Amino acid sequence: MTLPCFDEMTTTAGAPRVLYRRIAEWLEKSPPGLLDSRRQQAEMLFRRIGITFAVYGDKEAAERLIPFDIVPRLLGRDEWSRLEAGLIQRVKALNMFLTDVYGEQAILRAGIVPSDLVLRNPCYRPEMQGHPVPHNVWTHIAGIDIVRVDDHDFYVLEDNVRTPSGVSYMLENREMMIRLAPDLFADHFVMPVENYPDALLASLRSVAPPTCPGEPNIVVLTPGQFNSAYYEHSFLADKLGVELVEGRDLTVKDDIVYMRTTEGPKRVDVIYRRVDDDYIDPLVFRPESTLGAAGLMGAYLAGNVTLANAVGAGVADDKAIYTYMPEITRFYLGEEPLLKNVATWRCREPDALKYVLDHLSELVIKEVNGSGGYGMLVGPHASKEQIEVFRQKLLTHPDNFIAQPTLSLSTCPTSFLGGVAPRHVDLRPFVLSGSDGVRVVPGGLTRVALKEGSLVVNSSQGGGTKDTWVLETDANGS
Amino acid sequence: MLSRTADNLYWVSRYLERADFLARLIEASSRIAALPKAYAVAQDEWQSVLIASGADETFFEHMEKADEASVIAYLAFDERNSSSIRNCIEFARTNARAVRTALTVEMWESINSGWLELKKFEAANQALGRIDREELIRFLEFVKTTSSLYDGYAYRTMLRNDAYYFSRLGVYIERADNTARVLDVKYHVLLPEQEAIGGSVDYFQWTAILRSVSAYTAYHWVYRESIKPWNVADLLILRSEMPRSLLSCADNIVRFLDLIGNQYGRHGAAQRNARQLKRRLENASIKEIFQNGLHEFVESFVTDNNRLGMEITEQYLIG
Repeated sequence: MTLPCFDEMTTTAGAPRVLYRRIAEWLEKSPPGLLDSRRQQAEMLFRRIGITFAVYGDKEAAERLIPFDIVPRLLGRDEWSRLEAGLIQRVKALNMFLTDVYGEQAILRAGIVPSDLVLRNPCYRPEMQGHPVPHNVWTHIAGIDIVRVDDHDFYVLEDNVRTPSGVSYMLENREMMIRLAPDLFADHFVMPVENYPDALLASLRSVAPPTCPGEPNIVVLTPGQFNSAYYEHSFLADKLGVELVEGRDLTVKDDIVYMRTTEGPKRVDVIYRRVDDDYIDPLVFRPESTLGAAGLMGAYLAGNVTLANAVGAGVADDKAIYTYMPEITRFYLGEEPLLKNVATWRCREPDALKYVLDHLSELVIKEVNGSGGYGMLVGPHASKEQIEVFRQKLLTHPDNFIAQPTLSLSTCPTSFLGGVAPRHVDLRPFVLSGSDGVRVVPGGLTRVALKEGSLVVNSSQGGGTKDTWVLETDANGS
Repeated sequence: MLSRTADNLYWVSRYLERADFLARLIEASSRIAALPKAYAVAQDEWQSVLIASGADETFFEHMEKADEASVIAYLAFDERNSSSIRNCIEFARTNARAVRTALTVEMWESINSGWLELKKFEAANQALGRIDREELIRFLEFVKTTSSLYDGYAYRTMLRNDAYYFSRLGVYIERADNTARVLDVKYHVLLPEQEAIGGSVDYFQWTAILRSVSAYTAYHWVYRESIKPWNVADLLILRSEMPRSLLSCADNIVRFLDLIGNQYGRHGAAQRNARQLKRRLENASIKEIFQNGLHEFVESFVTDNNRLGMEITEQYLIG
């Protein structure tokens, strides 16, 4: 099935958009063999550097590469400015929502968001109720998934404010492009992304707890080297110049967190944790977890350590809350949302459920708490059996699902063995929040569905990545 | 620095040093095994290789006979042998991956490339169903290169701070253990009551010892005479200019422990005992060592060196 869709390089008339003129020329001039050899070169480099990830439930493929596409994805300066303003607005709203939900709950009392959606949400952490976090920052690192359907609007597909990953690919893809296509890169005057680690460090330093005695000791907490995003964790710690710790490196005494060092215990002030809420403290959450540290929540609630992102932030990026984001934005900021939401049916509402059940083969059904492309149904691409399975799921637990129309995601030229053709893409920019404001580096991770016609871009489902170039010129060339 | 990071750095070095030693040991022993029957040196050559590598205890749980093919397979490629070369490389890589932030890019890439290469060798062995001799030579060469690359990159690219010192400590603790083990297994051929005429059967044993610690050429530069067993022992135990001698290792252990102690502003049991170990070697003469028993001397060194390793672990690596 091919939907008519917006191709970011070529207009419906068949001519390249001004923005992509040089890319189109380059693709025309390069023999396909060249792109193939560049791709192989990139793969070899990625493997040697060890930029690999693990696919859960697939032991054989313990260390896989995310395919890298050498054709970059371009955004004009004007396009980026619009997107950036929308991202900053969105993340401010998310953060205010969290401050409110774990504080006064004005938005619930005003009846804007149903209370049970928040308070009975599995990601809502009652432990955090009434506990302000340092500097009121909850969403230190947010990854907002953006799609386009035309040359103007940006839609948010999903907010990620727990432990969004992928930023290492944004940075490594850029290094790869500079190495493999130096002429093309030099011709484009691309806004740099390499300052991301510095921006992240500044954000993390700005949120150190008020009790922190002097220069904050910042660490990155990883579940360990068998986690699928371990490379990224080590990459970030390295670029930040901070220790990469595992739960077993941490101890808590008198509500102060320490790390075990060769010189004895050393106090920890800010933890950029890449471990989910459920696993960070066996005394409070999952008792069997060995990935966190016993007593960490006590230290956190006592205000002696900052966790980024905050515990309980997940309640804001849940797909059920997502549907209320326009209202949430208006409620806190008194502004119209700059980024659009994809039309969504909340299956918890009987009318919506009825519509969804009648149109299963046209819609995308998502689990409210699912991520990574697991537990979702893409109606137009699903078999009768798969649709029936979801029909039963929907009837049993309508609360767990939302449905969205099958968006005709924009496409970008993508190279694969023996050719170049349009493939669907999305974009995950990374938005940083500190006590001193919200920052976004110009760019993000473009994910591409490598299979023809596929709309699923997740790396766990066979998606690839591209470098994202924000240019110094507008999309129309000025 | 994190205790776990120090521990991992220390063990990456130890594993790679061990892999390098095992590769040399196999090479040297293969030469002896290939000598004409007339030299009928050692029926138990492969048995002694097992002892020197510390794999003799587990070997017979998995293998029946200690012949060339089975010993090489066990020492080089067997996953069941916790100290096989392939496991050393794999463990080194696992440890390195756990502390990537503490390694320079060059160090990581040398070890990761080595690991990727190992996978290719293993696939080739599997396809063939046996270990081909030519392939083995290439493999041992590759192991030595991997170890040297890592070592060289550590030397050339690491900041000179505690991370570097712990990484170096691993090298020297392991190297001291390896040299001592070879001496311990071969001490009987070094005893002076054996007839020492050039070209005797033992001559090849002596050269094999020298080769296993890459000291064959160095011997001639130091002594400028034909190979004598007491000189071999002297070179490997007491010569400070010989990089794999026990004294040289002890000297480096003291040096890096002191650097750590200075950086932290505190010295402990590990520093004290290391100095003692070194002092004993400095005060010894080869004549005395032979009089009191080479075997006893080496054995007590192995014990002390192991204890020192444990003290380092307790003092720094557990935290």
